[in-house]
Amino acid sequence: MALNKEFAARRLHSLLGIIPIGLFLMQHFVINHFATRSAEAFNGAAHFMENLPFRIFLEMFLIYIPILFHGIYGLFIVFQGKANAKRFGYFRNWMYIFQRITGVFLLVFITWHVWDTWVQAQFFGADVNYQMMADIVANPWMLAFYIVGILAATFHFSNGLWSFLVTWGITVTPKAQLAATYFTLVVFVAMSVIGLRAIFAFV
Amino acid sequence: MSDAQAQETRNAEKTDTKKVKFIITRQDDPDSPSYDQEFEVPYRENMNVISALMEIRRNPVDSQGNQANPVIWDMNCLEEVCGACSMIVNGTARQSCTALIDQLEQPIRLEPMKTFPVMRDLQVDRSRMFDSLKKVKAWIPIDGTYDLGPGPRMAENKRQWSYELSKCMTCGVCLEACPNVNDDSSFIGPAAISQVRLFNSHPTGEMNKSERLEALMGEGGISGCSNAQNCVEVCPKGIPLTTSIAAMNRETNIQSFKNFFGGGN
Repeated sequence: MALNKEFAARRLHSLLGIIPIGLFLMQHFVINHFATRSAEAFNGAAHFMENLPFRIFLEMFLIYIPILFHGIYGLFIVFQGKANAKRFGYFRNWMYIFQRITGVFLLVFITWHVWDTWVQAQFFGADVNYQMMADIVANPWMLAFYIVGILAATFHFSNGLWSFLVTWGITVTPKAQLAATYFTLVVFVAMSVIGLRAIFAFV
Repeated sequence: MSDAQAQETRNAEKTDTKKVKFIITRQDDPDSPSYDQEFEVPYRENMNVISALMEIRRNPVDSQGNQANPVIWDMNCLEEVCGACSMIVNGTARQSCTALIDQLEQPIRLEPMKTFPVMRDLQVDRSRMFDSLKKVKAWIPIDGTYDLGPGPRMAENKRQWSYELSKCMTCGVCLEACPNVNDDSSFIGPAAISQVRLFNSHPTGEMNKSERLEALMGEGGISGCSNAQNCVEVCPKGIPLTTSIAAMNRETNIQSFKNFFGGGN
């Protein structure tokens, strides 16, 4: 039996959201959290990441290709659904909608974020350091954009983790799925605190 | 006057004065636009939506007193086991036979389940659900040229949960509630996925387990689910549809690994 394309693509989409994108997000937030110690600590951590061996391959396979697939295929999934929370206002149905809203928003936010940092460093000779971020969030609108972006990312990841557990047949019973709801809520709060503490360290 | 007589008189008075108001979404044929029409039906005790529709059919006059075409709808068993009379009653997809007038807010709004092609008025074509059942082979093949003898026995605890799944009447309410079942997607919906779990749980049906799982892994199959979980909230039979979907997620994943890496069938 040939592997069915739609089935394989949807499963891959679900997997990539956690491994590696979710893990990348955690790593990204933890590194950024160095900024709460000092500008030097952040610069040290950023330069350590910058100088990792095989960096281009690490970036390519651990983030660029997975996130491009996840984002573009995700957009395709969004267009296959028709939101109906007005008629069916159940909790999980709202989560379904927020997952799509945050997903589309993150596509915009992350594109901007990559343009603002990585592209500037790669092609325009900017140095990725504490000052770069401090300059960006000196604009209150950009700070707000980043705060919403961080919260959208932590929500999308936490709720995605919940549906990953269902999609892969790990949480089958309603009891297990409810426990996963509480667990992913804790993940959401914890990740949001780390992410927000990091961004406010640049203010 | 005895209590019973008094009650009867009161009922007679009520019947004379009380009217039940309806706003019905109508459509003359599959391609024409829909429109709303209002009806007032004399109240009787213990009325349900179907008996009110029958009253409109008996006297097809709208609330302005104009002659109207009788309203078309589907019905069969009248005891919520066949699934034919599903429609949207006051915004909720449900069976009209168990929609009791006394429990409904008026005016009562009746609409067809527009996830399906509307044939006329409240009548929809649920063929896609039956096509899905064929697609996933929701049956147990036992026909042959010779007697196969008795099948294996089923464990009682398994029989208990699979009996719940067998209550599905293909009514379409779960498809109506699912945000992923629409014109832009080929998703077969929750009902057929749960039926795969039912027939795979049967000791004889289990022998064709992989065929049903492979159908679920195909076009419009289980991967179309995005876990909005409306289906389990609205199912009139209380079928644990999301448990079935998650269980079939596990089974199809295992099946896909078996198909690729080998092992079992």
